[in-house]
Amino acid sequence: MSDLNWQPRIVAFFCNWCTYTAADLAGVSRLKYAPNVRVIRLMCSGRVDPQFILDALAQGADGVLIGGCHLGDCHYVEGNYKTIRRFQLLQRLLRDMGIEDQRVRLEWISASEGERVKTVINSMVEQVRALGPLNLPQRREGWDREMAPHIEPGGASQPARQRAQAEVAHA
Amino acid sequence: MNTNNSNGDVRIGFYICHCGHNIAGMVDCAAVAQYISKLPGVAVSRDYKYMCSDPGQELIQQDIREHKLNRVVVASCSPLLHEHTFRTAVAAGGLNPYFFQMVNIREHDSWVHTDRAEATAKAKSLAHAAVCRVRFHRALETTRVPINPDVLVVGGGIAGIHAALTVANSGKKVFLVERDPSIGGHMAQFDKTFPTLDCAACILTPKMSAVRAHDNITLWTYSEIVKVSGYVGNYTVTVKRKPRYVNEELCVGCLECINACIFKEAKFADEFNVGLSKRKPIYIPFAQAVPPVVVIDPERCLQVRTGKCKKTCLEACADRKAIDFAQKEELVEIKVGNIIVATGFKLFDAKRIPEYGYGLYPNVVTAIELERLVNSSGPTAGEIVLRDGHPPKSVGMILCVGSRDLKTNRWCSRTCCMHSMKLAQLVREHTDADVTVFYMDIRAPGKGYEEFYDKSLKEGIQFVRGRVAEVTDWAMAPEEEGKLVIRVEDTLAGFVRRIPVDMIVLAAGMEPQADAQAVRRMFNMSCGTEGWFLEKHPKLAPVSTFTDGVFIAGCCQGPKDIPDAVAQAGAAAAEAMALADKGFIEQEPNTAYIVEADCSGCKSCLPLCPYTAILFDDATQKARIIQALCKGCGTCVAACPSGSIQQNLFEDEEIFSEIEGVLAYV
Repeated sequence: MSDLNWQPRIVAFFCNWCTYTAADLAGVSRLKYAPNVRVIRLMCSGRVDPQFILDALAQGADGVLIGGCHLGDCHYVEGNYKTIRRFQLLQRLLRDMGIEDQRVRLEWISASEGERVKTVINSMVEQVRALGPLNLPQRREGWDREMAPHIEPGGASQPARQRAQAEVAHA
Repeated sequence: MNTNNSNGDVRIGFYICHCGHNIAGMVDCAAVAQYISKLPGVAVSRDYKYMCSDPGQELIQQDIREHKLNRVVVASCSPLLHEHTFRTAVAAGGLNPYFFQMVNIREHDSWVHTDRAEATAKAKSLAHAAVCRVRFHRALETTRVPINPDVLVVGGGIAGIHAALTVANSGKKVFLVERDPSIGGHMAQFDKTFPTLDCAACILTPKMSAVRAHDNITLWTYSEIVKVSGYVGNYTVTVKRKPRYVNEELCVGCLECINACIFKEAKFADEFNVGLSKRKPIYIPFAQAVPPVVVIDPERCLQVRTGKCKKTCLEACADRKAIDFAQKEELVEIKVGNIIVATGFKLFDAKRIPEYGYGLYPNVVTAIELERLVNSSGPTAGEIVLRDGHPPKSVGMILCVGSRDLKTNRWCSRTCCMHSMKLAQLVREHTDADVTVFYMDIRAPGKGYEEFYDKSLKEGIQFVRGRVAEVTDWAMAPEEEGKLVIRVEDTLAGFVRRIPVDMIVLAAGMEPQADAQAVRRMFNMSCGTEGWFLEKHPKLAPVSTFTDGVFIAGCCQGPKDIPDAVAQAGAAAAEAMALADKGFIEQEPNTAYIVEADCSGCKSCLPLCPYTAILFDDATQKARIIQALCKGCGTCVAACPSGSIQQNLFEDEEIFSEIEGVLAYV
């Protein structure tokens, strides 16, 4: 893909009760927003395993958006508190990996905030566009090349490396 | 992880719905079907005008039979709207309904995007994800949980009363809980009702008495809900019963105790008459109160506050012994299957618009105050008088006070036009006063409402179109001396007018209750941005909420008049009864389960579950999930370090494949 045609690709995880419903409301209200976000529905933002976020980035997403109910409003009492805790830990990990904070965003959007779905998605797309492509799959190839001199060709470490790669791919 | 379902001969049927022009207008459906047809495992890929129609569903069932499909994906509207429809169709075709996945390309795509190529690309990638995901689906069974047929109704206004009576008449037990000492709500304060001008008390009080007399209704006034737990069919509700210091069973409403009270003069503002009259610390809310028993105001009663009173009330009550200062606040737990929330509204505080002079000029009153003045059992026995006791010669009525106003509330309170016209007619009936109504638009869309407007015009009520700028007592002409002057731009005449009147009536609008947010959290409901409780669907599920078994009725959902509140209450009652009569609920099988072989017994999951559905089995040293308690949020699944907790319908591999799928199409 050429840089001129590049469009940010964003994977979103929306909770069924608030943010997914808000996105439905945005649709019913015929609000218009950027088409770059692909929503995956989960019952609760508490179901968002940090591995989902890493996997989305590893598979070529340029950003990940998580949407849940406002704190105190969780359909499952406190799932979103678990989300916020995991999210903050994950942000540190991502920082260490050189992935900018703005690529992974957590937002509370209640079922009535269709308008907010529009503004959040538009601003998310713009901030990821400003950062440019993440290209994690290509970067990973680079990391592999850095590792290559340290790995004995055909040695015992080869299966271990493949295993590690498989784990990153599904991590 | 469960991998044995990804193999085998997966044969997927993919269907994309045009939804008339709703989807096809922005998404090239044929191109999406063409793209999906080339994906592995896809046996059939079609586009069709209306998938949810009978022929659309029949198409799926026919393909299941002819093409031996074992997975179905439909790309159409939101799963929140039609997932159930298509699962049922798939089941009718002979497949387990959970071998189905839905793709939302209407609410999340065609309706929100403007570029056909981009919208089509998005539809392809979302459909691709569903096709990837559905191959991992497994056959699941719903579990049936019995429903407790009893119903809780929260709020004893006209909506709550009607809902309680309707449910009770069907033979089910109802708990009606009201915060105030009497049921009746706002309607009990009204004199007449529009557009028929029948007396509010005449139509309301028989219903109030019926509530009290009904064998199936347990009426708890002066009580509040403090805690709700459980789920549809099986709610446990804690009710706080405030001490009224009067035994409801023993009090006969003779009111002797009120006469005997140590306070010889009534000196405290009477809530029912909005402060226009006074009451004692021991009082009856109003003459037709239900239950017809007295109540002691703990803030005012000497005995309750200080314990030092002669207790003349006790003497007056004598042998009945209905007065009981030993009463304590009680917490009672009840079990119900369904809940109807009818908590009503709060009147807009007119002092928030200082230009109108409410609280500053004594003869600026609110519509509800006029309502009490006009009522024959009100503080003036039905005389409309100014504060000095004289009848007004001219009355101005200002509409949209705290409604349709960017500075206060944006919404229309819906009833103020009709309410004010009704009051205008009553003022004409009771006095010789000239009445002028200041309006922005007259909204009279109900049955018989426009005719009521015509009648108001014919009766000589003046209408001036314009939002009132100010009410002032500053006279600029001799005829304005001693009067209140309304300054308004008459938008039909096209100039600013000054209109002097004796009395001004403010049609204060409706607002959500002050504790609406706390109440909605307790019942796990949502609020719109304005604070009204949110219905599940504005048109097709207007009394349901996002929490099954919790319904809403009346003004807590939004401003409405009595007929609409009653209609909603009936609808909510019918929804609750339908669930109760079915006898059981089918629980979505999206619960979590433990893959025992992988569980290391680390106990990380135990504290995460808000429903205490996870136990630690000491014998096996592994965690165990009680399916009946699991609500299916998946929080424990995301936290399990060994990946040994999985969630039906949201298995890790289903979500990973969905991630892969949405990113596959560039």
